[in-house]
Amino acid sequence: MQPGDLSVILPEIVLSVYAMGALLIGVYTTKDKMAPLILWITAALFVASAFWIGAQGGGTDTAFGGMFVDDAFARFAKITILLSAAAILVMSEGYMTRRDLLRFEYPILIALAAVGMMMMVSAGDLIALYMGLELQSLSLYVVASLRRDSVKSTEAGLKYFVLGALSSGLLLYGASLVYGFTGTTAFAGIIEAAQGETSLGLLFGLAFVLAGLAFKVSAAPFHMWTPDVYEGSPTPVTAFFATAPKVAAMGLFARVVHDAFGGVVGDWQQILAFLSVASMFLGAVAAIGQTNIKRLMAYSSIAHMGYALMGLAAGSAFGVQAMLVYMAIYVTMNIGTFAFILAMEKDGQPVVEIAALSQYSSRDPLKALALLVLLFSLAGVPPLVGFFGKYYVLLAAVEAGLVWLAVAGVIASVIGAFYYLRIVYLMYFGAEESELDQGASPVLWGALVGSAAIMVLGVANLFGIEAAATAAAATLVN
Amino acid sequence: MIGLEHYLTVAATLFVIGIFGIFLNRKNVIILLMSIELMLLAVNINLVAFSAYLADLTGQVFTLFVLTVAAAEAAIGLAILVCFFRNRGTIDVEDVNVMKG
Repeated sequence: MQPGDLSVILPEIVLSVYAMGALLIGVYTTKDKMAPLILWITAALFVASAFWIGAQGGGTDTAFGGMFVDDAFARFAKITILLSAAAILVMSEGYMTRRDLLRFEYPILIALAAVGMMMMVSAGDLIALYMGLELQSLSLYVVASLRRDSVKSTEAGLKYFVLGALSSGLLLYGASLVYGFTGTTAFAGIIEAAQGETSLGLLFGLAFVLAGLAFKVSAAPFHMWTPDVYEGSPTPVTAFFATAPKVAAMGLFARVVHDAFGGVVGDWQQILAFLSVASMFLGAVAAIGQTNIKRLMAYSSIAHMGYALMGLAAGSAFGVQAMLVYMAIYVTMNIGTFAFILAMEKDGQPVVEIAALSQYSSRDPLKALALLVLLFSLAGVPPLVGFFGKYYVLLAAVEAGLVWLAVAGVIASVIGAFYYLRIVYLMYFGAEESELDQGASPVLWGALVGSAAIMVLGVANLFGIEAAATAAAATLVN
Repeated sequence: MIGLEHYLTVAATLFVIGIFGIFLNRKNVIILLMSIELMLLAVNINLVAFSAYLADLTGQVFTLFVLTVAAAEAAIGLAILVCFFRNRGTIDVEDVNVMKG
């Protein structure tokens, strides 16, 4: 270990030490009475770490013999992860307090998951990759079953656990084959060994690793767990699943295919293109029949992962940039949409039926308008920001010569627009009067309207994330 | 002489048994946990065999990490299973079906 190593991973160390300290405090003091305080401190620490990471210089540092890489790509992903996790934490406070769900473990588990996600996007070695992935997954299995007395929540946790463990097993088997056929677990060594013609064993290893990662980003045909886990988990947890872990898993995906297998682009490009097409169409078609808005968001996220994978399938620096921009936009849209879902209540009870939104616009025009903007943006209707995300990935696919993939993406987005527009139609022209409670807590209202405003105002320059994404992609692909 | 191929064959067989255990098992969630464990152990055989073959210690270090994580994973899996049993009164795989899919 070099003396400078610890300073490279200082944000991760601070967060993990904080999580363990908060756990001790939570256990030894008044337990759940501390929960709101711990939640706010965790969220504040996330935001502070994000600014801290953002303020660091533009260089590339490695620690622990290349196991941990801190470059512009990792910083971009970490800032997105931390800010979205902080937003979701703050949004969940009111909902969880009212339903007596706010245990002190919740913010601590989210903090540990965030450390795991930061490890994932900084991984420079198969061992670091696996440890980060498991730290994130194990925390998420527990938060999925946070509502211990509900059949649905524990069932969601159980399903997530079994399929998540299966995917970890697949990924690990692939990692062992990659290690065997290249003789190293370091990405820097793998990329040297994996050039030109790849051996059959290495190809098997690559396929297994990609299958395991596809599980984690919930790309079809490895998406089976997503709708059930989204439906069964408490809504704030669902909102978390739909944002930060997706960014981390896509970041890890990009790291593996470019850092470790950048020499054999042709071998993984076809796999990614297939995953992308399957996810886009499955997400678009299967969402049409859904009546539960959380299940609908699950299929929506599958479709969105398909588009992000399309950027990655391009196999170029521009493709990675498009993927990063897409993920940042996707996370912002989802935070706003879930702020609306969290505020959907009738007589103080949460409602998740889409039918309950009927004629909602006459009760609360501003919130209905904000949701309309977000849904149009999710569907990719120009000129909203969501359209630019899709435009970038399509452009990347076309530039890489994958015209058929881009055409498939356009067709899938037209199919997918149907179910977003159906909600808008219900809100404005539904037959029955909506019975949802009016108003929302200021936090949820702010998140909803703020996110919708970003979707409109960001059209000007996307708030400069484009330049940051370009710099990030340049460090990853060379 | 037992060579690398034999170890790899054993590991691949165990891994496939583990996967089939997850998909074909219709009885008991505990069997799912055992299948997961079997998959991870198959990976460990792979890693140690490669490590010995390559005369490189990294694989064995990796194995130790996998063993540790597998223990944590089993603990969390069983904890979730206990919660599920309290709510549902059964751990049959066929009863894990409140939500379709």
